[in-house]
Amino acid sequence: MTEPGRISRRPLPDRAGLTDPAPTTYDVVIGLEVHAQLLTRSKMFCGCPTTFGAAPNSQTCPVCQGMPGVLPVVNRKAVELAIRTALAFGCRVNPACRFARKHYYYPDMPKNYQISQYEEPLAEDGHLEIDIDGAPRTIGIQRLHLEEDVGKLVHEGSLETAQASLVDFNRSGVPLMETVSKPDLRSPEEAATYLKAFRSVLLFLGVCDGNMEEGSLRCDANVSLRPRGSTTLGTKVEIKNLNSFRNVQRALEFEVRRQAQALDAGERIRQETRLWDADRGYTRSMRSKEYAHDYRYFPEPDLVPLRIDPRWVDEIRAGLPELPRARRQRFVAQYGLPAYDADVLTQSRALGDYYEAVLREPAASAGADRPKIVSNWVMSELLRVLPGDDERAIETSPIPPHHLAGLLRLIDDGTISGRIAKDVFQKMFDSREDAPTIVGREGLTQVADATALGGIVDSVMAANPKAIEDFRRGKTAAKKSLFGQVMKATGGKANPMLVDRLLEDKLSKIQR
Amino acid sequence: MIYQPIHALADAYRRGDLTPPAVAEAYLARIDAVDGRVGAYLTVVREQALAAARESERRWRTGTPLGPLDGAPIALKDVLCTRGVRTTCGSKILEGFVPPYDATVVERLRAAGAVILGKTNLDEFAMGSSTEHSAFHPTRNPWDLTRVPGGSSGGSAAAVAAGIAAGGFGSDTGGSIRQPAAFCGVVGLKPTYGRVSRYGLVALASSLDQIGPFAQDLTDAAHLLGVIAGHDRRDATSIQAPVPDYVAELARGVAGLTLGLPDEYFIDGMDPDVERAVRAAIEVLKSLGARVESVSLPTTKHSLAAYYVILPAEASSNLARYDGVKFGLRVPARDIVEMESRTRAAGFGAEVKRRIMLGTYALSAGYYDAYYGKAQSVRTLVRREFAAAFARVDLIVAPTTPNVAFKLGEKEDPLSMYLNDVFTIPGNLAGIPGVSVPCGFSVSGLPIGLQLLGRPLDEARVLRAAYAYEQATSWRTRHPELP
Repeated sequence: MTEPGRISRRPLPDRAGLTDPAPTTYDVVIGLEVHAQLLTRSKMFCGCPTTFGAAPNSQTCPVCQGMPGVLPVVNRKAVELAIRTALAFGCRVNPACRFARKHYYYPDMPKNYQISQYEEPLAEDGHLEIDIDGAPRTIGIQRLHLEEDVGKLVHEGSLETAQASLVDFNRSGVPLMETVSKPDLRSPEEAATYLKAFRSVLLFLGVCDGNMEEGSLRCDANVSLRPRGSTTLGTKVEIKNLNSFRNVQRALEFEVRRQAQALDAGERIRQETRLWDADRGYTRSMRSKEYAHDYRYFPEPDLVPLRIDPRWVDEIRAGLPELPRARRQRFVAQYGLPAYDADVLTQSRALGDYYEAVLREPAASAGADRPKIVSNWVMSELLRVLPGDDERAIETSPIPPHHLAGLLRLIDDGTISGRIAKDVFQKMFDSREDAPTIVGREGLTQVADATALGGIVDSVMAANPKAIEDFRRGKTAAKKSLFGQVMKATGGKANPMLVDRLLEDKLSKIQR
Repeated sequence: MIYQPIHALADAYRRGDLTPPAVAEAYLARIDAVDGRVGAYLTVVREQALAAARESERRWRTGTPLGPLDGAPIALKDVLCTRGVRTTCGSKILEGFVPPYDATVVERLRAAGAVILGKTNLDEFAMGSSTEHSAFHPTRNPWDLTRVPGGSSGGSAAAVAAGIAAGGFGSDTGGSIRQPAAFCGVVGLKPTYGRVSRYGLVALASSLDQIGPFAQDLTDAAHLLGVIAGHDRRDATSIQAPVPDYVAELARGVAGLTLGLPDEYFIDGMDPDVERAVRAAIEVLKSLGARVESVSLPTTKHSLAAYYVILPAEASSNLARYDGVKFGLRVPARDIVEMESRTRAAGFGAEVKRRIMLGTYALSAGYYDAYYGKAQSVRTLVRREFAAAFARVDLIVAPTTPNVAFKLGEKEDPLSMYLNDVFTIPGNLAGIPGVSVPCGFSVSGLPIGLQLLGRPLDEARVLRAAYAYEQATSWRTRHPELP
């Protein structure tokens, strides 16, 4: 559950520098808790905006500052987004759920309790299908609930030496959705795969922007080891501060080795919370079980139990989009795309939508290879200039789908060459203009007039007697050199097939 | 003009016999004259009050008053947040806290033209029954300055009794309006839980707290409730139900109503003067046409115990935010943990600390079911018991308190203090409305209160029965003789 680490008085690692190979005699058991900031315009319990990066404390009110006398009011949109997610994971949405207060003292939490959910969460018992080495695996989802985010501490200088700390409550009260997986993950790699698939679902649903750097998506892991084949769970360790896919995998790999070494040495694993230090590449103890907080949960008396109308749930279910896995499978089946392409094109909903929007545009010739050609353009050109997992960036692309389709039509009908098209693509991206406008203005139309090109071919041949001589002696490579000269002379605009034919014609007339 | 009820002041404003500024001046002058001895106020907002009174005068002059409360000088318990005016909760830890917002109740009172005279004293964070345990000074009972006014809303009750506010507001978590109303000889009403928005009421126990008025008579109480009642979207626990015209309902009398008399509310050790006065009041109600029958509320005896688990549990949570980080007192220290603990050690009084510790314990892992869970079960029983009783009777009639006002310092032992609320706490656990109306005096001349409890949202009937009694008696015409 979201909670910043207490400042450890022992900054040094317990067991740093573990380099031994991963164990072979233990089964790894991992469960992930993922916190996702929901894409609502206002906060969970007040009307303040949720925009990231505003001036400190500029997006606060008495409610999210926890002033005396204030009361929370539930954000309906946040509940809707959480239900949407719950349904996507096949969870049971409980007809009634409750908020509860979770107590601990920390200066970034204005009330010194967090409004969360405890015994009666919004939804339970779902799952997420992931692919491990091409084989499907079902990872259980235990529960999904709503809570509020805390503020942020800003230290003067480094944490260890700071003379003062400031609190920014802009983030305080931002809606968070916590999703707890079952301990079904069997390796650090699986954990990272799960998190990627999880994030992708959130992006498809439009419930979270998935930005791990800005903290919109955060992950804690529970990991334990048990002798291979055993069915009882070992002592689990919670690892916090896993703010990227890479860190999830690295931290878990480290932790698995650490625990394996301890077990090998006959030690017992302490139940504790450990913090991942990405810079130094190890986990260190934050607090052990004896110092674990007693959160003193009790039902939030300022909020009545939340009753969820089943008709509302049905409405939300009806509006669910196609999810990444289904879309990936469809792309392969319907368009004959390689699995790799389908994977790349479904990393966000916007990207897949973009791809299909291009396909729906009229084409000059409807070749069976068109889906693959469009896929190539999207993967190699569009994703060179835009991040494919950024919904907004794709949705607001300077090159909208119909512009890309327009560019492809110009290639198909021979107006421009594929090489020129790549330059035009860049110009389209920079200027937001469509392809015909750029091609027309800059005179990039391919020269496909046999008479005009014939003259150029003739003059190139006349200016290169040595090449002609070489050709006559049987060096066919000389033709390539002449071809290059013609293309150069036309500024790349010559229709390459026509140039090739003309050269072929004229050279064939030369006596060998 | 002192001791004129608010509705009488409104009549005088309408006729032009009095003006709001003249009345406000008179009240402010009387505060200067007597409050040094009573100690009802923590903060008096002289300039704001006069400015509000002048605006009210303009409205009355132009025939556009905002209602019967326009120009009424009132006092607010210092747990109601007032924009720009410090709100202390009677605690050192909030000394100097100036809220940037008005409580919904305060907003509605301002919109009705009420003239707020100031903020009144209370037991720290409303924890107490005597208003001795304010961090600033005790409040004294205007009827006998050696005695307490009751609590925790003792400041507002004493202000109305002493004629230094025409009406007032308090909060009632376990009797904190009704008990001081009884001790001070004024009307005090606790509405149904959820009838009045709690937004801006500094929380003691969120599931029990309710704001209500102190008044010189039932007509005023009906007016004051009418203005503050109703749904508020900022309070998720406020009820979406229409607000009846409480004043219009008053005159309907008690004839045909059935009053339930619970045996459990007449206990050994209660003051015989109180029992005599209450039984006499019941006779009056009978003479007015009410039927009285006996009801049984056996869980009453467990109410106090349940209450003293639920209240501290919720309070320990609500009071966690006072840590010196954001507002109020801060005692500097080397690090955050020490700063917070020193701030809380210096800022909270003994009773507050006691309840925080009790509540923290009751919510601890392993004890939750035995304490908080159990207490909630008792609460459910209390609620059911009242519901069963109200299936047979319209109202329940009982004493407000077992005793009259006690002397300052008399109840040193917290438990004997807690016992003072034994007749009022069940109403809070059940969330039902209750009023305390003056029903006589003890041999020593101290006021006694009659309590009427009603069904949820049935304030109209509670007020109507109390009004019938009030109109048949003349207790309200007596006032303390302040030296």
